[in-house]
Amino acid sequence: MDIGFQDVGYTYQKGTPFESKAIYDINLSIKDGSFTAIVGHTGSGKSTVLQHLNALKKPTEGVVTIGDRVITRMSENKGLKSLRKKVGIVFQFPEAQLFEETVGKDIAFGPKNFGMTEKEGLEKARELLPVVGLDETFMERSPFDLSGGQMRRVAIAGVLAMEPEVLVLDEPTAGLDPQGRKEIMDMFHSLYKNKGLTIVLVTHQMDDVAAYADHMIVLGGGTVMKEGHPRDIFQETDWLTSMQLGVPSTVRFAHELEEKFKWTFDPLPLTTDDLARQIKEKLTSKGGERS
Amino acid sequence: MTEIIRLKNITYKYTDEDLRPALQDVSFSINKGEWVAIIGPNGSGKSTLAKTINGLIEPDSGEVEVGGLKLNEKNVWSIREMVGMVFQNPDNQFVGSTVQDDVAFGLENLGVPRDDMIERVRNALEKVNMLEFAEREPARLSGGQKQRVAIAGIVALRPAIMILDEATSMLDPQGREEVLRTVKEVKERENLSVLSITHDIDEAAEANRILVMRDGKMIQEGSPETIFSFGGKLVEMGLDLPFPERLKASLKEQGLDVPQDYLTEEGMVDWLWTSVSKM
Repeated sequence: MDIGFQDVGYTYQKGTPFESKAIYDINLSIKDGSFTAIVGHTGSGKSTVLQHLNALKKPTEGVVTIGDRVITRMSENKGLKSLRKKVGIVFQFPEAQLFEETVGKDIAFGPKNFGMTEKEGLEKARELLPVVGLDETFMERSPFDLSGGQMRRVAIAGVLAMEPEVLVLDEPTAGLDPQGRKEIMDMFHSLYKNKGLTIVLVTHQMDDVAAYADHMIVLGGGTVMKEGHPRDIFQETDWLTSMQLGVPSTVRFAHELEEKFKWTFDPLPLTTDDLARQIKEKLTSKGGERS
Repeated sequence: MTEIIRLKNITYKYTDEDLRPALQDVSFSINKGEWVAIIGPNGSGKSTLAKTINGLIEPDSGEVEVGGLKLNEKNVWSIREMVGMVFQNPDNQFVGSTVQDDVAFGLENLGVPRDDMIERVRNALEKVNMLEFAEREPARLSGGQKQRVAIAGIVALRPAIMILDEATSMLDPQGREEVLRTVKEVKERENLSVLSITHDIDEAAEANRILVMRDGKMIQEGSPETIFSFGGKLVEMGLDLPFPERLKASLKEQGLDVPQDYLTEEGMVDWLWTSVSKM
């Protein structure tokens, strides 16, 4: 399911003395089956954009297209429920939203709201536990006796239980340890790769953008500054630094080697494996030629 | 060296049913003016340990001593005056409606006279570079700015020890750098001791000494250089691998002969330079 923004703007409390413009002139496109990263500084408009992805907010200007639905200022709320089933959002610290007595019931809560029976919902929960890296023994446990990382996984399973086509993730690994971070990011990557889910990742972690995303949107001051493939955007190290966004460690180090050794990396390596492969080529090429 | 914090054989269980204690026979000490980082995966007992230091948690057995005082019912309030804590989520620790009200909150609780209080609040905000935001609403600040205000709230109380419990983990890279720089400056000027609980390698690198926790036990101790040389094992210790270590692992997979020792980025460049010259 494609999502597109045409000249989208959103103004809070429009027409009052407290009017404040959060985003303006936003044009972007999130293609079906893509892994899109949205990056931007605090106050860049990320959260407001995010809330338009499943019509939690309707634009005050412009048009948002979600699959075959067109959302404008005038759109009625009718039928938005089915849209929210198709676009699942995992908000920051989703574990704060757990509330049921057991993990199984908590995961089944969403599907039940969308018409599944209790039994079907629990069946769904049982299916999803291994997907998020937990086993069946968790079904009957209280979500409140779990570690932070485990609670996060249960909350994510609750969103997956709605069988969304697009999964939107707002800083999904904040506060987890590096091991937990990697496991959760690998899980999203496998949902994208193996189940064909469209992933939208909002993050500060440029290393994650480099490792996982195939499309990137840079927001700044309430609008889109750049949109394209991470490899092209990360080329512009100086520009990113001036936006106070930073570049992935791999890119930064590759640029350092280019400068010191007069090497050229082509294509720009985004992961340490890419970089290592290219370094090896340079070290083993005839005469150790330095170009 | 004077010890400012000393923990001896601390054991603690949250409930009797817990299979293993959250803390098992943990002992360590921190010297005055020292910066100690505690690392370890989620659930290893780091935050529990921090809470025993100012009596937010009472251990089942063992002894806590802070600033020469033994932690007990009589001393707990004096000890809390010595220890300031900054927590992970900046939004959970604001009480004032403006930045300066928030910094003043702790002083009001201590009954500091108004003139003195105004001076101390201004002074503290100045030290974290937030004076120009004194009249602002905390909700309108960035994450890094919020954490700096939290630090000002502590500085105003003139403690001897500052504990950072994953205080930078929710911030963007710029906010993280901003807060770390502030902690460094404040530590030097106020001659504080710092205990930072962290998963961030840059924050751990600032410490004089790193303690490693796992399953409620203290399993390692050493300088940042010693601990960082554990390479791949660092992930089990709850830290991100430093970039040169990650690259080293990838180069090794490519069949290249890489050095065993811990390499900084500079060291990595030098080593590559030597390898190029040998060709």
